[in-house]
Amino acid sequence: MSNWALILYCGLITYLTRFSMIALIKKEMFNDRIREILSFVPSAIFPAIIFPAIFINDKGLFEIDDNPKILAAIIAMVIGIFSRSIIATIFSGLASYWFLIFVV
Amino acid sequence: MSNIKVFLKGIVDVSPLMIPVVPFGLIFGVLAIDIGFTPIETMAMSLIIFGGASQIVLLQLFSGGASSLVIISSVGAVNSRHLLYGAVVSEHLSDLKLIWKIIISYFLIDQAFAISNEYLKKNKDNNRYFHLVGGGATCWVIWQSTTFLGIILGAAIPEKLGLSFAVPLTFLALLVNDFRKFINVIVIIVSGLVATFGYNYIPFKAYVIVAALAGLFTAMILTTKNKKA
Repeated sequence: MSNWALILYCGLITYLTRFSMIALIKKEMFNDRIREILSFVPSAIFPAIIFPAIFINDKGLFEIDDNPKILAAIIAMVIGIFSRSIIATIFSGLASYWFLIFVV
Repeated sequence: MSNIKVFLKGIVDVSPLMIPVVPFGLIFGVLAIDIGFTPIETMAMSLIIFGGASQIVLLQLFSGGASSLVIISSVGAVNSRHLLYGAVVSEHLSDLKLIWKIIISYFLIDQAFAISNEYLKKNKDNNRYFHLVGGGATCWVIWQSTTFLGIILGAAIPEKLGLSFAVPLTFLALLVNDFRKFINVIVIIVSGLVATFGYNYIPFKAYVIVAALAGLFTAMILTTKNKKA
């Protein structure tokens, strides 16, 4: 497959993941129970991106020793819980990470 | 509020989430060129796919020599979370004309969903979807321009900086309010553990959707018990 065909197919499948539910679902299909479950969607999906990005290294291996990302993420989480600020969470995480890899 | 004001509010609300998108877009542009995609192909990926995490997955698998079918399925699996975003926001868009649904679908991305979901829940104005378009359009401008800059900067950005760490931090920041709720914390832990330990074993990089479904299933069980008690 050419690079262009690959890009187009990836674009098509991505668009369909966005469009299908918006196009197909009608308002009447939602009751309170479904709403309640759907309110957990961010909590159910984002960790699936967060955890592997912290615990799994570039080679696809689980890494817990000598991994500055773990401590940096914990610091960011604590700052986030107390400040409730998105920017403070991200910057405290990046700053701790750089401190751990460049200074410590 | 007028359409433009709601659109502008979407831009303002999403802005804090754009800061980590900048290094991410730069990294994508740099990596794509490094792997051997042409500048035009790289730009086309950001324009056509318009999904950061999935584009990085595409590059990783492509450079590892994965087949096209595996790459396309993986991109679909990483982006399958949009199915759930779509299901959540569709309730607010059900009265719109098809053409608006087609346009808004293109802009239904993580950051825009995260901020507009809150707005859509609190507002009942007929033009409230302009908030989502404002947030999505802002992401679009940032993503395209940083991809472009990444292509130009090429190898000038030091890999040592570890800027890809900004990606989990962004998603972490989106959950700050959920860390205060007990059931959410359990759901977060279940999803995270399934994704981490399934990363190498669940085929087609489908660990994202498997972990999400495990998390939703957990939420379903825990909220049922809550009611009985």
